[in-house]
Amino acid sequence: MKEDLNQYYKPNLRYNSSLRRNLLDNLLSLISIIFTIIAICPLILVLSFIFIKGGSHISFTILSNLPEPPGDDLSLAGGIGNAIVGTLIVTLGASFISVPIGIGGGIYLAEYSRGRTFAKFIRFGTNILAGVPSIIAGVFVYGIIVSTKIIIGSTYSAIAGSIALSILMLPTIIKTTDEGLKLVPDDLRKGSYGLGASKFTTITKITLPSAIPTIATGILLSIARAAGETAPLIFTALFSFYWFDSPQAILEPIASLSVLIYNFALEPYASQNELAWAASFVLVMILLVFNVMAKLLQSANPAVKRTIN
Amino acid sequence: MREEILTSSSDSQFLYRNRPKNEKNIDDGFKNLAIAMASMVAIILFGIFLIVFVGSIDSIEKYGLKFLYISDWDPVNDSYGAFTAIYGTIVTSLSAVLIAVPIAICTAILLTEDIINKKIRIIISSMIELLAAIPSVVLGLWAIFILEPFIRPILLLINKNFGWIPLFSTPPIGPGIMPAILILVIMILPIITSISKDSINQVPKKLREAAYGIGSTRWITILNVVLPAAISGIAGGVLLALGRALGETMAVTMIIGNSNNFSFSLFSPGNTISSLLANQFGEADGGQVSSLMYASLILMLITLLVNLLAQWIVQKLSLRY
Repeated sequence: MKEDLNQYYKPNLRYNSSLRRNLLDNLLSLISIIFTIIAICPLILVLSFIFIKGGSHISFTILSNLPEPPGDDLSLAGGIGNAIVGTLIVTLGASFISVPIGIGGGIYLAEYSRGRTFAKFIRFGTNILAGVPSIIAGVFVYGIIVSTKIIIGSTYSAIAGSIALSILMLPTIIKTTDEGLKLVPDDLRKGSYGLGASKFTTITKITLPSAIPTIATGILLSIARAAGETAPLIFTALFSFYWFDSPQAILEPIASLSVLIYNFALEPYASQNELAWAASFVLVMILLVFNVMAKLLQSANPAVKRTIN
Repeated sequence: MREEILTSSSDSQFLYRNRPKNEKNIDDGFKNLAIAMASMVAIILFGIFLIVFVGSIDSIEKYGLKFLYISDWDPVNDSYGAFTAIYGTIVTSLSAVLIAVPIAICTAILLTEDIINKKIRIIISSMIELLAAIPSVVLGLWAIFILEPFIRPILLLINKNFGWIPLFSTPPIGPGIMPAILILVIMILPIITSISKDSINQVPKKLREAAYGIGSTRWITILNVVLPAAISGIAGGVLLALGRALGETMAVTMIIGNSNNFSFSLFSPGNTISSLLANQFGEADGGQVSSLMYASLILMLITLLVNLLAQWIVQKLSLRY
């Protein structure tokens, strides 16, 4: 073998780019660069079209007006004001439901479970729930709330939409709370018990505060995901052409940016399509704010990252 | 244990049983509250299965397994079969994964090796994270107005030259399965890339250094050492992406054409289970609701299977180094 090699070249440590293995190496590097370019092309295209086609239509009129019934003139298409408010209200409602449940569940898994079968089952269930398609959450809420009129006789409502979104947010919040609490050193807990603190005091005053950056990252990311969801909303929150004007309106259908984009993209009128582009620009901007905030928190706490995916 | 230590001491007020009653109540109450909230996951999960199953009983009794291979979806005559939608779901997701995997893994390798400048790598990886944050309805909008008109001439060319292959046998008329596959590729690329990147990063540095030390080139190391060591995470990521693609609704609904007429061709309009739901569930009644519930039950079982497989593979394939 060694003699074989010596026939072709004298062994030395200098890099020889004409060797077959080095040629192959460079070829593979080139292929991977090409594939990466293929991967980022659509991204650049998507973003630039959102910014160009969406951003160019943004004006105070569009941001503050109600959408109008179909027409071909952009000045008649109205605005997306109620959809922006609607997205914020539905997402806020979903957070009010999922954050306490998620943090409570995460506390149980990290602080109380001690490897019990029930806890294993809940962890497993959290993973399964995270994989449930978002439209199924919509079907579930339709079946349990909208069709039964269980909430004071209302059918399609903002509340139903919030509940559907909260189902999607729950797994992320539970997982990040669980992981965040597990990262808190056990010494802190023991120190707290040693000083005579009860378990409740230890969790609320010691462990939970130290895990807050991780938990907050999880909450922000889940809000960002929920705000962009459409599928669970189309037959729970439906859509509305009116403002959210009184607290009772949470029992009525509500507009949201994502459903507005879905409805208006499929309309034949150019003016409504333009409105859909403007709405995507606003929606992407809102999501970007949440993602950037999550990212800032994340970079302050490197351990967070692993838990999110 | 604490009791044994403190039995004879005068500090017995610190014993758990000597604690003030209200403190104990708060402690127990908090624990029960946490248990109740954790149970919500189980309750929701069972609730979803129950609602979907109960809703679909009528249809299950009426059609049985025939539902799976009959492609006739006819609300007028109240006769349903979900084959078109099931075919569409599986074909779009599998093709999207097949296209996305090589691209995503190459990207992940490029982002973890020092082939190109580190600053550029950081920019690329944050851009890919950004792509993951774009909601699917926005991608659907983009697909309708930009992607589909752009690829239509290309598909037309393929149809003219390779029309004898059943997969390309119909001329593209606008929305169809092919644009839906491409938009799914764009959606799952960031998932596979970021999970592969993380699992490649977790491969111990020693393995790499040892491979270089015995004279391997960069790609020999990647292909024979790094990728095999990271394969469990990568495979898990691919299956997770497959699950996401199977359940993806909005972008696909907007671009697939929502036709219930079965065709083998990738260029013809088709349907997936989730787009069937998105389109018809709001206005359905009677037997149609039941059949839609049956379809969603099938979708749930498929995604459940894929997700279970993902979890199993991550545990099974992980190399011990």
